[in-house]
Order: sequence, then C-alpha cells, then structure tokens
Amino acid sequence: MLIKIPADICPSEITSEQNYLNRRDFIRAGSIAGASVLAGTAFGAVVPEGERAKLPDVGKSAFSTIEAPNSYEDVTTYNNYYEFGTGKEDPYRNAGQFEPRPWSITVDGHAEKTGTFHFEDFMKPFDLEERIYRMRCVEAWSMVIPWVGISLADVVKHFQPTSSAKYVAFETLNDPVRMPGQRRRVLEWPYKEGLTIAEATNPLAILAVGVYGETLPNQNGAPIRLVVPWKYGFKGIKGIVRISFTEKQPPVSWNIAAANEYGFYANVNPEVDHPRWSQASERAIGGGLFAPRKPTRMFNGYGEQVAHLYDGLDLRKNF
Amino acid sequence: MNTLQKVRFVGKPLVFLLCLLPAALVVGDAFAITGQLSANPVEDILDRFGNWAIRLIMITLAVTPLRQITGWNWLTRFRRMLGLFTFFYALMHFLTWLLLDRGLAVDPAFQWAAILEDLTERPFITIGFAALLLLMAMAVTSTNGMRRRMRRAWDKLHYSVYAVGVLGVWHYWWQVKKDTSDAWVYAVILALLLGYRTWKKVRH
Repeated sequence: MLIKIPADICPSEITSEQNYLNRRDFIRAGSIAGASVLAGTAFGAVVPEGERAKLPDVGKSAFSTIEAPNSYEDVTTYNNYYEFGTGKEDPYRNAGQFEPRPWSITVDGHAEKTGTFHFEDFMKPFDLEERIYRMRCVEAWSMVIPWVGISLADVVKHFQPTSSAKYVAFETLNDPVRMPGQRRRVLEWPYKEGLTIAEATNPLAILAVGVYGETLPNQNGAPIRLVVPWKYGFKGIKGIVRISFTEKQPPVSWNIAAANEYGFYANVNPEVDHPRWSQASERAIGGGLFAPRKPTRMFNGYGEQVAHLYDGLDLRKNF
Repeated sequence: MNTLQKVRFVGKPLVFLLCLLPAALVVGDAFAITGQLSANPVEDILDRFGNWAIRLIMITLAVTPLRQITGWNWLTRFRRMLGLFTFFYALMHFLTWLLLDRGLAVDPAFQWAAILEDLTERPFITIGFAALLLLMAMAVTSTNGMRRRMRRAWDKLHYSVYAVGVLGVWHYWWQVKKDTSDAWVYAVILALLLGYRTWKKVRH
C-alpha cells in the first residue's frame, strides 16, 4: 500500500476563519450562559460559537490527503443535514441552538459488550487522529475536510462483535423538538445508515468528533458522526445515538426514500450515473466562479485502500 | 395622464426595473457588494436565474386571469415585457449552466459531446431545453411587425406559453433531490392558472 506522507502544516494555518467568526458574532448574541462549566474537558458541554474547544492530543495520520482543505466557512455553511432543513445553508442557520449534550450512545445487537454509554465514556478508550479526507457528495460536488476522529475499526473491535455480526447499523437522534427538520417527513426519521463489518473495520473509516482541530459544529453532525471517504457523503450519518451489530443488511435512509437512486453501498463511482444526473465529474467547492469541474475518481481516489472489499461484486448492480 | 400614458411612462419603466432587480442582485452578490454568493457560487447563480424564470412565467400567465377578474384591461400591456423577461432569466440560467457549470468558458477540456449527452440523456435537462427553445421562438416573434405578418400562426405559436409553464415546473420538479415542497407550490399555482382558463372555456 502506498502511503502518502501528510503535509507538515496545520490546516488552520492555511485558511482564515475570520470571515466565519464575523458572520457568527451577531447571531451568537449572548447565548453563552453556563456553557463554560465543562469547557476544560475535551468534550465540554455546549461549545459556544466563537469559543469552540480545541481537541487535545490529536495525532496525525498517514491516510490524510496532501490536498489543501476547504475553508472553515465552506465546511460549516454548506451542508446536507435534513434534520435541520433541506437547504444547503439551513443546517448552519438552524443548528445553532442545538445542544449536543447530554449525549449517550447505545451499542446493541450481536456483540459481547453492549449497553448505553455517556458520550464521554464512549470516547475514553480511543485515540484522536486528524484525517484530512476528500468528501464527494452524491449531488456531484466535493470538499476536502480536516476531520478529527477515532478509528471505527477500533470501536468495532472494542465492543467485540460475535460471528453473527455481518453489518454495523447506525441511527441519528430522533427529536423533532431539537431537530426542526424532523417535523416534516422529507425522509423517514430517524436517519439510518449501515456498513458491512469489512467496511467498518477498514482503516479509512472513522467516527468524527471534530473538524479543524476543534469540536464538531452542530451543522456537521455534533457530537459524533460517521466518515467513510470512499462513499458518497450521505453515508456519513450525523448525530449518532445508536450503533447496532446486525446479521442482516440494515435498511438505510436514502435507499428507503428512493431505492432506484441510492443503493446500500453508495461507493463513489464515476461510471455509474445517478438516474437523473452524471457522476463522471464533480464541482470542487471553494474554486470560485471560474473553476472547471474535475473528473470524479473511482472510490473517490481511495481505491488502493478499499477496492479489495468489493472483489467479485458487480458495482453496477450493487451501487 | 390617462391610463395608457401612465402604463407607458410610469408602469412599464417601473416593472422593467423590478424585473431587472434579481439579476442585478446576482451580479451584486458575485462582486460581494449587495451580499455574497453561497459556498457553491455557480450553483447559487444557476438556481437563482432558474427560480426567477419560473416565477416570471407564473406572473406572465397570471396577467390574463387577473385582467378578466379585475377588469383592468391595461394589465395586458405588461404581458410582452414579462414574457421577454421570462426568456431572459431562462437564457441566463442556460448560459450559466453551459459556460460556468459545464465549463464551455472556463474548462480547457470542455467537450460538446458531454453537453449533447446531458441534453439528450438527462430528461430533466431535455425538457428544460425544450422550454428555452419555445421561449426563444416567442421572443424573436414578439415584435408588432412579426405579429402582423404571422397572423393566425402567431397565436398558435404563442399558445406554447402554457407548454413552457408545464415544462418549466416539470424541469424544476425533476431535478429536486427529495424535498419537492417548493416544486409543489409552483405546480399548484400553475394548476390554478391553467385550471382557470379551462374553466372559462368550458363555461362558454
């Protein structure tokens, strides 16, 4: 396996956050009270905008791309997170009041260790790593995002799935009071996603808890979300509250919504078009008005690490 | 000033400027004067021109029912201008797609073959393009002279404004990923506008 050495430069040095902060300043308007109680810990309570907590002890990873990441503003104002609205800027506008604490994650199904864990306890056994990944949305746009997360393979191993566990299923919080987008049935709530065990234990898969070295903003899926960079972005389920080890392939949200358009695997594949649009090229966010589209790569350029997972599988049928 | 003079010297310049406003705001946002474009500026511009084309075809189709209900016959005098602005926004939408999004103006690797594939194999693009061609045919025949020369054929051609409304809403509906609520709003408005005409016809 060819391992690229990541650039020896911190992403936050590349991109200015000033624009983002300025825009947030007037929105913030004094909603900070009481939030600083736990600010000293790695996953403190509500992190006030503009005072986002730096994550401690973040290691580097050989899996990071050397491509320059998108600006913090791009990463946090242009999102698909239907729980906070279907417009691209809706999550940024509507998720500000959301408090991703207290938060617990239930682990169940075919595993030796199961139970419900406080988010902080859930995180304890695992090491934080920065992973700068390409992200290709099924809508044919892309970004480069400097995630901070934990290896999903480590998480899977920690809970000791039994031999019956063939898949890992994930679920988002279902709370229409805190997630206004869930008051409309655009999708079936809660949002569900899933991976095969082999996919979940591939070293590229992570559960992200931060971007740009800081805790994850609400609109990006706070406090914890899935990132599988060789798959379309919608596989990256946000605001995870349940992880289940299952024997059968779990139902997944976009497949439930439109089975002819979105498959279980959803691997980035320039040769298999969406029924309504081409997947051969993508628009890289951040290029401005006059940047041409760029060709989309098989498995989003991560073929070396993941292609073997699909040996013998017809990717046209299993899209 | 009589009504006709008011329409000519006040109403028309005012409507003209109002119709230009959305385009001016796109330009203003592109230069960060009036605001700013989204993180995906090409998509932002594409959507805004397209949305205004749909809104303007609705407004254009609303002129006749409104005139009949209110008895304000001078409303008819705005119809051509509104139709031409519909064409203008549809054309800007198309040019944004062709020049910036698909990259004719910016991509050294641009290929007409890819455009042809989009136009023929992506049905929502095909019907959008069909609507643009109809609008173009109506726009070039919109002068008084053309109307006189074409006689009955002119009426026939310009009835296709209804087809443009249907194709436009269909084109919009079909490209939405999942949340069709905005498309529903346009579809209901269009159904009301066409339904009113059918109802009028049946009653006579």
